[in-house]
Amino acid sequence: MIDMSLSPLRGQQTAEEILEPSPMSKLRRRIFKNHSFMIGAAILIVILVCALVAPLLAPHDPYELDLSKRLINPFWHDKKTDAEFMLGTDKIGRDYLSRLIYGAQISLLIGFSTILISGVIGTALGVTAGYFGGRVDMMVNFIINTRLAMPVFLVAMAAVVAFGASLHVVILVLGLFLWDRFAVVMRSITMQARDLDYVKAARAIGCSTPHIIIREIFPNVLSSLTVVATVEMANAILLEAALSFLGFGVQAPTPSWGLMLNEGREYMFFSPWLLALPGMGLFLLVLAINLFGDGLRDVTLERER
Amino acid sequence: MKEEAALEVVDVSCVFRVNQGFMKGTKALHAVNGVSLKIPKGKVVGLVGESGCGKSTLANILLGLQKPTSGNVLYSGSSADSFSQRHIARRIQPIFQDPYSSLNATKSIKSIISLPLRVHRVGAPADWDRKVYEMLDLVGLPRRVAQSFPSQLSGGQRQRVAIARALIMRPEVIICDEPTSALDVSVQSQILNLLQDLRQELGLTYLMISHNLAVVEHMADRVAVMYLGRIVEEADAATLFRAPSHPYTKALLSSVLTPDPHLGVPDTQLGTVFPNPIDPPSGCSFHPRCAACMDICREQAPQPQINGAHMAECHLDTAAAG
Repeated sequence: MIDMSLSPLRGQQTAEEILEPSPMSKLRRRIFKNHSFMIGAAILIVILVCALVAPLLAPHDPYELDLSKRLINPFWHDKKTDAEFMLGTDKIGRDYLSRLIYGAQISLLIGFSTILISGVIGTALGVTAGYFGGRVDMMVNFIINTRLAMPVFLVAMAAVVAFGASLHVVILVLGLFLWDRFAVVMRSITMQARDLDYVKAARAIGCSTPHIIIREIFPNVLSSLTVVATVEMANAILLEAALSFLGFGVQAPTPSWGLMLNEGREYMFFSPWLLALPGMGLFLLVLAINLFGDGLRDVTLERER
Repeated sequence: MKEEAALEVVDVSCVFRVNQGFMKGTKALHAVNGVSLKIPKGKVVGLVGESGCGKSTLANILLGLQKPTSGNVLYSGSSADSFSQRHIARRIQPIFQDPYSSLNATKSIKSIISLPLRVHRVGAPADWDRKVYEMLDLVGLPRRVAQSFPSQLSGGQRQRVAIARALIMRPEVIICDEPTSALDVSVQSQILNLLQDLRQELGLTYLMISHNLAVVEHMADRVAVMYLGRIVEEADAATLFRAPSHPYTKALLSSVLTPDPHLGVPDTQLGTVFPNPIDPPSGCSFHPRCAACMDICREQAPQPQINGAHMAECHLDTAAAG
């Protein structure tokens, strides 16, 4: 047996004091110094809260139409305004502010569920390919190339024609199609991590392969994963808006910002705010997500090196 | 006297298939080529050689991370085939060169050191913390680093963490793969002394892989010199450093830099070209760089000549013996 009670004198060998602050506090400081992260996060939080408490926030039912109150102008106009409808009404008299608020729900729902589906698919494929390499990598690369050879937009339209247009179909199609970037990025990052000594140490300790992939490698690729996720989320939101605008996405009367753009199209020259407001919503949301993602990248990747 | 071997490799070879490019097929790279080495219990065996000579591949084979193409690894006399990776893990642990990449940056020190306990479910989870603290004491780190992350520690401290992780399951053999070459000179000696102390206190067996001859001379009882996948000379450390017999060992020893600036860079007469291991030279693989090359060296590979505890693979010895 080995005697565990050894002299406490050894502790004196390292006189070096730990002066470095903990990674968490360093991270926190960097977050507060990063303007794009802070601005992006602020806008995102506002939109997120709007979407979450939409029923409390919206002054009207977004589906309730009143043909006698069609195309009321928003408050900054001189005539034909109504204090009850701050941002006016659309062509069949629905409150525009309420529809905008509920529209945020749809956009965020699409964004989050798409990256959830595509993130799981892409990360699983990418990490597997990167860790095992060789044949597995070749196979995954083939799948990625196959996916890249298919135009998302055309396939999405075909799917809508085949299965009918609905929120579920849009989410499913986007989720099953936007995983390529996840796979490519995760693959290359896992490849780098795989050859580092801590993975070798874990193997020498006797960790199982799933343990190494999930517990050792995955936390190290997480920050890159979140950055890709923000990019893809913005991408998904824009694609949904485009599909809805063309009539292949979310169907009326659901308040989707893309659909609202489409519905306002005919009134572009007489009531430009019908297009400007949902357009602004999309613009702000995508801008915020991209700022947030950029900031997140700066904040987290700095931490590693 | 016959010593009990903690770890032994018998005629181990490891061949990699190297892709020559699209549609050109593969060629064999003999990273390790028929190596036999015995690591006696409680002793320190040094393994020296240039980069690319197969030292690290041999280490991976010993750790069970790389299956040898042929040959056998024996753990305390029984073949490695009868052990699982988890079994091997409890007997043999590595210490790596670069403590910056050998610790997972996302884990706390406590979680890094206790990982082997958690993976092998050694003892009760309630004891794990206590064991981690004991290990920290043992390797000379203050207990409060348990909550820190690797990025908060210096290179020497990180290497101590790596040592603590390797020792927490009380393995018999530690494979040190250049344990000091990534560290500052001032920290190197601290780590080496720590390794020495731990060996005495815990009765460990070391395989010390290094290209730093001073480290090996300081630590090792026996030294093996590796060249292009083969062990070309093996002897007790004192003998080898006093009277090397293989020309490559002589060249290596003469390459050690001296502190005297007037002496300049020593001439090893090796030339600069390390042969391509995919296309090894004929005969003795060292002959293109050898100062004492004879005709026979170009045609015939030398057989190991064993003289007591001294083994060398060179035609010079064959000639002397014959």
